[in-house]
Amino acid sequence: MNRFILPVVIFVALAGVLYVGVRHSPNKSTMVSALLGKPAPAFELPVLGTPGRTIRSTDFAGQPWVLNVWGTWCVECRIEHDALLAIAREQRVPLVGLNWKDEDDAAQQWLASLGNPYVVTAVDKEGRTAIDFGVYGAPETFFIDAAGLVQYRHVGAMTAEVWQREFLSRLPQRGLP
Amino acid sequence: MMRMNTLRSWMVLTALSWSLAAGAVDITLLPDPVLQERYEVLTHELRCMQCMNNSIADSPVGLASDLRREVREQLIAGKSDDEIRAYMVQRYGNVILFSPPLDSSSAWVWILPGVAVLAGLFIGVRIVRRRSSLVDTDDSSVEAEDAR
Repeated sequence: MNRFILPVVIFVALAGVLYVGVRHSPNKSTMVSALLGKPAPAFELPVLGTPGRTIRSTDFAGQPWVLNVWGTWCVECRIEHDALLAIAREQRVPLVGLNWKDEDDAAQQWLASLGNPYVVTAVDKEGRTAIDFGVYGAPETFFIDAAGLVQYRHVGAMTAEVWQREFLSRLPQRGLP
Repeated sequence: MMRMNTLRSWMVLTALSWSLAAGAVDITLLPDPVLQERYEVLTHELRCMQCMNNSIADSPVGLASDLRREVREQLIAGKSDDEIRAYMVQRYGNVILFSPPLDSSSAWVWILPGVAVLAGLFIGVRIVRRRSSLVDTDDSSVEAEDAR
């Protein structure tokens, strides 16, 4: 009996290590942003549909805001669009769009026909701001707190459930009416 | 013979189109051969975050070409290899490096194989010792064999 203990212990230890490895393997939906707890990257980009106007990352300083990276070429962005419209209707936090490597005409038509959930959309035609944010696939959604720090990054389509669990929970509690 | 030649030319053609397709991913040429060399090494060290097991040098996706552009521009601007790696890690985390640095989160990957080898040696030595001591003490059967 005694001689089985060591192999069983080794087996369990190895299985544990492999389980942890498999669970934490780099995966599109679980990969944590390298920016968490760090200041949101600074940017100054043209505003979609308003030639000559620019938007800066500091324009929302002092309040929490949400940055949603999207493009008309991105299938998942179409899937999450209704969820974004519902979120925008709540008006809990400004939802800023980052139109990533897209055509302005296509982007404007997308917003005109599907509805515009964004208070403003920044145009990142060359994808440099997206690199600064560590974006590797649209859609991605960042939560930036009142101090300008990135607190959360969601990869993949936004859903009401994710919004509730990961974003609303990070907002300061609203005073009871 | 004729068919052999046809087959061979098809093989050459296939191989050629493969190499052309592979080369088409990145046709960057930097003005300075030393920079070009560093560019080749760096772009093979960095993971294409969209396709995970390709380097940015091998990947045709848009983000990989944006990251190659970043490497190219920073090399021309005189940045060192370490500065460029740090730039990428700052944005994408250590996972963007194919060989991540040794730190507290990755140390066990290096330590564990050593521990496993030592444990295996220890167990092996114990088994050999136990078996050899069995032969020493239990010699009645050996004597019986000798007597036969």
